[in-house]
Amino acid sequence: MTATPPDTDALLSVRGLGISLHGLPVVRRLSFDVRAREVLAVVGESGAGKSLTARALLGTAPRGARVTGSVRLRRAPGSYDELVGAPAPVLAALRGRRTALVPQDALSALSPVHPVGDQLAAAVRSVARVSRTEARARAVAALDRVGIADAARKARAYPHEYSGGMRQRAVIAMATINEPDLLIADEPTTALDPDLQEQVLRVLGEQREAVGAALVLVTHDLEAVRHHADRMLVMYAGRQAEQGPARRVLTRPAAPYTAGLLASLPPVETGGHGGRRRLPTIPGAPPAFDRLPPGCAFAPRCPLADERCRREEPGPRAIGDGHEVSCHRWEDVPHPATELFLERSV
Amino acid sequence: MSTPVIPPPRRAADDPLLDVRDLVVRYGPVTAVDHVSFTLEAGETLALDGPSGCGKSSTVSAVLQLRRPDAGEVRFEGRELTALTERELRPLRPRMQPVFQDPYGSLSPRHRIRDAVAEPLRVQGRWDDAGGPARVAELLDRVGLEPAHGDRFPHELSGGQCQRAGIARALVSEPRLLVLDEPVSALDPSVRAGVLNLLAGLQEELGLAYLFICHDPAVVRHFADRTIEMRDGRLVAG
Repeated sequence: MTATPPDTDALLSVRGLGISLHGLPVVRRLSFDVRAREVLAVVGESGAGKSLTARALLGTAPRGARVTGSVRLRRAPGSYDELVGAPAPVLAALRGRRTALVPQDALSALSPVHPVGDQLAAAVRSVARVSRTEARARAVAALDRVGIADAARKARAYPHEYSGGMRQRAVIAMATINEPDLLIADEPTTALDPDLQEQVLRVLGEQREAVGAALVLVTHDLEAVRHHADRMLVMYAGRQAEQGPARRVLTRPAAPYTAGLLASLPPVETGGHGGRRRLPTIPGAPPAFDRLPPGCAFAPRCPLADERCRREEPGPRAIGDGHEVSCHRWEDVPHPATELFLERSV
Repeated sequence: MSTPVIPPPRRAADDPLLDVRDLVVRYGPVTAVDHVSFTLEAGETLALDGPSGCGKSSTVSAVLQLRRPDAGEVRFEGRELTALTERELRPLRPRMQPVFQDPYGSLSPRHRIRDAVAEPLRVQGRWDDAGGPARVAELLDRVGLEPAHGDRFPHELSGGQCQRAGIARALVSEPRLLVLDEPVSALDPSVRAGVLNLLAGLQEELGLAYLFICHDPAVVRHFADRTIEMRDGRLVAG
């Protein structure tokens, strides 16, 4: 299997990324690109390796993690920074300036003992030599941009004086205030109400547009992917199940795992039958990382798996239009795939 | 052959399983639940929808009598709960059981799953060493867990498995009403579908009524027979 060479046009080029935690392979041979201003959704169940991947992109892999492969962030046409193996000060210098995190839990991401505006101003002054007055003015402008009413007054308030939705907007303002090239959002709305989720994702999209950043959106919300992503990467047990243009993957998934995820969503058109119509589900559970099966990691749960799948791990293959799938049986995935995953018994 | 005389149904048999009338819950000057009324029949799923802070959880606490309401009635199986003393309520409590959103937070981290499921029986003084273990094993199997899961601790299970254990724990008291407080909001889509299917199957089999707190429109549409919506403490739609 020959690896695809890094894409020199891409803002971010990840090749053969591996992350092991305490010796267990949690992310394996992951390759993908993010182009400037593009939104890439990273999708998968809890434990698929999404968050660890996101942290590797920021150079903040946890203690005990060993990162291998290559993560290249473009600096200018033709030049790039390699993040894997880079010294901590180099990585720290990239964060906030060229990459920035939109955290899941805004309350713990903000300091409780400093006014929100001061925290934004400090973020400005950490990368730019500007006066306190200038930094403050930028902080207020940033809060105003994310739709916080009476921003000058709210800048003097503490995080606990903000509502959940406002706090999430404030951390979006903080992540975008230095106009980074790449935003990483790890489940930025899971802690919020559905109404607020949509609102916060919209604000995130607007700010991303305004500063011209690309976005890696880690989520398990396929509706959010449908509305906000250009491309998507589906992960299963630390590997790529498939990736491609979001609309294409959502309408014609090539990996049985993606097909199962989509089939398990409550249908839009029906209702009022008290759940008596059963939802399709993927049988079984993801494998533990110390007990990965020899072939395809999804084979034990896959209704299409055959001998080869259980023996030989499928590598990613391009199937056209930027769509890539890691599955021996991708051509046999029916559309829609609902019947494939209908539960036989409950 | 003469037609057997069927006695006319007692009034109580016509009553809904749960009949909430003009419920009011106040926290100091704030009215969290403002004259909310609804009914729920056996075997029915009623969704209670609304944004954070609309009073859903306060309504549920008052229905379960975890917090005594400031005004209004909660009739359950024909009995007016708000008029009962704590002692009088005790035998009724097992018949209305909550299932919570956070599957890990709702099970003690220090108890094996088997013991967590058995605990309500022990607390209610209904545990017997002869039948108890078999009853627990039967319930674990019914909610789709393996016997081996019974020996594990909550952190050794996935979110979906934990939620199934929480459902088994709620069922052990043989309830008539389950109050499901965002039971699938923390779960991945495929796992969520499995838990919803399980709940639907249990309802058909046991005739359970569900008061289903949920703010995901797609899940509500799929799962509920009827929906009521709350805003600022009041019902806005029925």
